[in-house]
Amino acid sequence: MNIQEIQNEIVDEFSMFDDWMQRYEYMIELGKSLPLIKEQFKTDDNIIKGCQSKVWVHAELEGDNLVFTADSDAIITKGIIAILIRSFSHQKPQDIIDADTAFIDEIGLKEHLSPTRANGLVSMIKQLKLYAVAYQTQLN
Amino acid sequence: MIKTLIDISRIREDFPILKRKVNGNPLIYFDNAATSQTPKQVMDSIVNYYSNYNANIHRGVHALAQEATEAYEGARNKIQHFFNAAKACEIIFTSGTTHSINLVANGFTTFIKKGDEVLVSAMEHHSNIVPWQMLCDRTGAILRVIPMNEEGVLLMDKYQDLLSDNTKLVVCNHVSNALGTINPIEEIIPMAHAVGAAVLVDGAQSSPHIKVDVQKLDVDFYTASAHKLCGPTGVGMLYGKEEWLAKLPPYQGGGEMISEVTFEKTTYADLPYKFEAGTPNICGGIAFGAALDYLNTIGLEAIEEYEHELLTYATDQLTQIEGVKIYGTSKNKTAVISFNIQGIHPYDIGTLIDKMGIAVRTGQHCAQPVMDYYKIPGTIRASFSFYNTREEIDQFIKALRKAKEMLQ
Repeated sequence: MNIQEIQNEIVDEFSMFDDWMQRYEYMIELGKSLPLIKEQFKTDDNIIKGCQSKVWVHAELEGDNLVFTADSDAIITKGIIAILIRSFSHQKPQDIIDADTAFIDEIGLKEHLSPTRANGLVSMIKQLKLYAVAYQTQLN
Repeated sequence: MIKTLIDISRIREDFPILKRKVNGNPLIYFDNAATSQTPKQVMDSIVNYYSNYNANIHRGVHALAQEATEAYEGARNKIQHFFNAAKACEIIFTSGTTHSINLVANGFTTFIKKGDEVLVSAMEHHSNIVPWQMLCDRTGAILRVIPMNEEGVLLMDKYQDLLSDNTKLVVCNHVSNALGTINPIEEIIPMAHAVGAAVLVDGAQSSPHIKVDVQKLDVDFYTASAHKLCGPTGVGMLYGKEEWLAKLPPYQGGGEMISEVTFEKTTYADLPYKFEAGTPNICGGIAFGAALDYLNTIGLEAIEEYEHELLTYATDQLTQIEGVKIYGTSKNKTAVISFNIQGIHPYDIGTLIDKMGIAVRTGQHCAQPVMDYYKIPGTIRASFSFYNTREEIDQFIKALRKAKEMLQ
């Protein structure tokens, strides 16, 4: 599946929930399935700045595709990064660079896009895209 | 039942924001240590200013300018009386506590030399750390820290040991924003004076909750922010003893702060104008005065008593939740509870209870050294005001239990 298709799938999953509580419960569940970063990559260099909780992200190439792993000390943050990684992982760097992230709003997590939340969703997206830019340069 | 001298339901009528809903639930506002809410009396003063006498102050000879000047200087008098300063000229309008502290820290560049020492407490807000670090960088002075214990109480014997002839300044908050501890400034101040050091007390967190008398305290500098005192943001005050303010050089240059200007030399205006360059936040200053009027109608003693009862009740309720650990357990506290639930990140709790309409602060509270001391990423901080109720605390406890259930 391409990024858009995965995002549509996530939007479909979230549309089954009527209220915020179910959405958050599901997000907490998704957090538990996050592809975890290896301990050796959990360094200060890999921490995403701008988050109230700690978020570590690592990226590496598998063939032409970028694969992300991550972790966080907060469960909801883990859920958010899990959703992002699900849509970006195993994709080509250029596709990640070009990807839209409006689906975050559609799944009812708009508040996390606000910089005042200090949860760093915006920083997370930026960091994932920066990885993609870095690897794209390498591929070129 | 809480016996109270104040009629909470009538008081709540004064705060329109308390009627609003957040995420479909009635707002429960427990982030008062960050910003207090604004009563309509204060909003009226703002509307009245812009509707009737908006003008620049001090120089205009027309009626509006005179009315605005009278109101602004009248607000200065209200601040003077609120803190019981000896003279109105000892009250400097600033943009808030951070500005007040920077003004003093900048001025002290003149008085501090290499090897001098500045003491700060271990529980300061970044605003009362960084300006002093900058002062030390400029002058070669040394910053030393008065340590605290696990309860969040300053170690006074260690403080005594740190004091010496080299100590030129002691800076400390009256109340810790991260822990709620009321520091024993009535002891801290004379001990500093005994070695010839000046004292600045950050009153941002104390002034809304405790009656402050700067003359009785004999403090050299005291600061406050209007937005924590039911006033607007962007305005605050610096109290300084006249003898200190007279010695301190101006912070910023510009209009208002001068006596005479030629290209060869400028002479500065008298106090307090020497420190008030440029057109000030006139409306904000007037509204600050209106906010103090409002607080005076309730009375700081009554506020203190009621908030203490809220603190006791909330602490009792909170400690019944399994895994709750409170940071800051001094006997002397304002109505601030900083806590965590074992195994749960404060951010997760803050996010979920926001969905239930409850506003608390999570994170480091601009006091990273305090969090580092406890080796925690942050806390959940519930801070109460006189318009909060026991029923709101009950809802808060219910919400916490729900969030805990979801996260475990």
